[in-house]
Amino acid sequence: MWRSLNIDLDPHCNLLNVLGQVYSDIYLKQDNRPEAMEYFDFVLSEVHGLRIRELLEHKARGGFIAGAFCLFIPDELILAAGGLPIGLCGGADLTISKAEEYLPRNICPLIKSSVGFKLAKICPYFESADFLLGETTCDGKKKAWEILNDFVPTRVVQVPHRKDDAGRGVYRAELDRLVKMLEEAGRTKISFDAVKKAIELMNNKRRALARLYETRKCQPSPISGKDALLISQVAFYDDVARFTASVDKLTGELTGRIAQGISPFAKDAPRIMLSGCPSVVPNWKLHHIIESLGAAVVVEEACTGTRYFETLVDESAADLNAQLDALAQRYLSINCSCFTPNHERTEQIIQYAQEYHADGVIYNTLQFCHTYNVEYARVEKALKEAGFPVLKIETDYTAEDAGQIQTRIEAFLERIKP
Amino acid sequence: MPQCMTSIGIDLGSRTAKYVILNQSGLVAFQVMDGGVHPLEKLRRALEKEGIMKAAGRPGIVATGYGRHLARKDLADQTITEIKAFALGAHYLYPDVRMVIDIGGQDTKVIALDGNGSFDNFGINDRCAAGTGRFLEIMAHSFEIDIGQFGAFALTAGGLIKVTSMCTVFAESEVISLLAKGEDPQSIALGVHQSVVERIETMINRLGRRRPILFAGGGALNPCLVKLLEDRLGGNLIVPENPQIIGALGAAVYALKQESGVRSREPEARSQESGESDQWPVISGQ
Repeated sequence: MWRSLNIDLDPHCNLLNVLGQVYSDIYLKQDNRPEAMEYFDFVLSEVHGLRIRELLEHKARGGFIAGAFCLFIPDELILAAGGLPIGLCGGADLTISKAEEYLPRNICPLIKSSVGFKLAKICPYFESADFLLGETTCDGKKKAWEILNDFVPTRVVQVPHRKDDAGRGVYRAELDRLVKMLEEAGRTKISFDAVKKAIELMNNKRRALARLYETRKCQPSPISGKDALLISQVAFYDDVARFTASVDKLTGELTGRIAQGISPFAKDAPRIMLSGCPSVVPNWKLHHIIESLGAAVVVEEACTGTRYFETLVDESAADLNAQLDALAQRYLSINCSCFTPNHERTEQIIQYAQEYHADGVIYNTLQFCHTYNVEYARVEKALKEAGFPVLKIETDYTAEDAGQIQTRIEAFLERIKP
Repeated sequence: MPQCMTSIGIDLGSRTAKYVILNQSGLVAFQVMDGGVHPLEKLRRALEKEGIMKAAGRPGIVATGYGRHLARKDLADQTITEIKAFALGAHYLYPDVRMVIDIGGQDTKVIALDGNGSFDNFGINDRCAAGTGRFLEIMAHSFEIDIGQFGAFALTAGGLIKVTSMCTVFAESEVISLLAKGEDPQSIALGVHQSVVERIETMINRLGRRRPILFAGGGALNPCLVKLLEDRLGGNLIVPENPQIIGALGAAVYALKQESGVRSREPEARSQESGESDQWPVISGQ
């Protein structure tokens, strides 16, 4: 299977070995894990195995695979055209040196890692994708798509920088273009019924994640932040219906644990909200450091977190045009730092910090991620005014600053719970 | 006076290891030593020499610094971060202090204190060595000057030549090329100090300036840093007599508090006193 995908076998094998070891250390050694996490462990262990086989089988049946990174690419339209949307690789340090042969050193590790995965040919998702769907949420990615297009066909959806009428018009027109492009890729007409089915499927997935996150509002949370992050990450890869059912099964178990007072955390563990950049597999660094220090991550305001599921698509549209309007409406409600002005995001952060009873907020930004980095100044001010202590951690995918980060977070925890 | 309780604070920094022995009347003993490869062993031997480690009921030990978790494994009872330790140590000596600057081996930090000895905000340099003691050490090396003399050397400058690179390696190249141009070494050295001070000023302003400010860590032994900081911040800094032990002192203060907590629940607990207290200077709270 790997050979048919043109994967570079030796480094890929190396990647899987490293990943396996890291996963075992970070995940499998946790105390008091819910039993239903077994499914997600399995999905991750087969992230480069069974899931890839499923994708290849889908292609063999005439379907296509569309690779993407970003929440602004509507999965519904890909699904309605007979495609499968797949999150691309990009959370590991080991492909960065490869990428730096092409890219400048001082851009964000997510971009470097992902381009590196493609150049090194060790990400089966990149290799099984028929094409990539990029977006314009930051300058680095905008230009990186041009480079990736030399290796795999890449189409870019323009995401506006303002959520005004003009901006909404731009994004709505992009959806029309996307429909045409996906119809060609799937050699099919995107129908009202297919979109309706896809909207319901995706909304159900979002509802399941929202129910899961709801359990984390309990004190203590019945599930570790690490496990919740893993589920948010798997959401980008897994079969939608199977994933939804598995999340629901887990939430059922967690409800029971809440009733019995079972938690991976001590009762008085400080509750931490993470806010900022997404953490792509296998980037579990910050969650792991925080929880190893005895604190509980109770919510992630991130693309791998609340941003993924927080609003639903209106299901009542009567025709395809109205469905596209509803999709545009939902997707442009995402509070990404690419927008200006962006006070909605700040307000939402405060709201989450309150709802999840956070004792403090750790603002997580990747190095050189300018929008999240710069937006910190406003978020910090608002959080302080609302009475929430906040700490900014700027980091990348290497382990070299783990000691310094640990000291900062430890001090932050000393300050929250003296 | 009830039984005299003793505690030990150890600070395993990146360049030096320190210990402080404290009791309720004040500082009993302290030492600053080069860390080396086995700082923990050095500390253990030094503490054994103090004659208080053998007793079954040895005083409580709290560790701070980079090596605190290492120390926790077999020497210390508890750990606290450097940030908390410096806040406690500074507050112990000078209860009015509202900001602490610490220039250590690998870390430069600024800590904002509330009135109770707790901190409510802090800033630390990022992963690189810019603005730290290590930065100054490498710069001093370029001038072939001992780090202990580097500040005095810079203070004799007739002018100032700016050094703009903050990256340690780039700054080193900049210094070497300025020297190669025949520029005045003292003036370049002053520029090096100036760049560290500007960086600290930014950290202070980011947290919001408060007074009085205490300057701790090995950097406070450098008269040029003290002078430039006082010029920039427009007022006198408090520089303790032994600025390098503030972290270990804070750890000892914390240990003593824990110890008192234990004692108050177990009034019959052991008594322990060091017999060598008069050979060490006693720093009193001011």
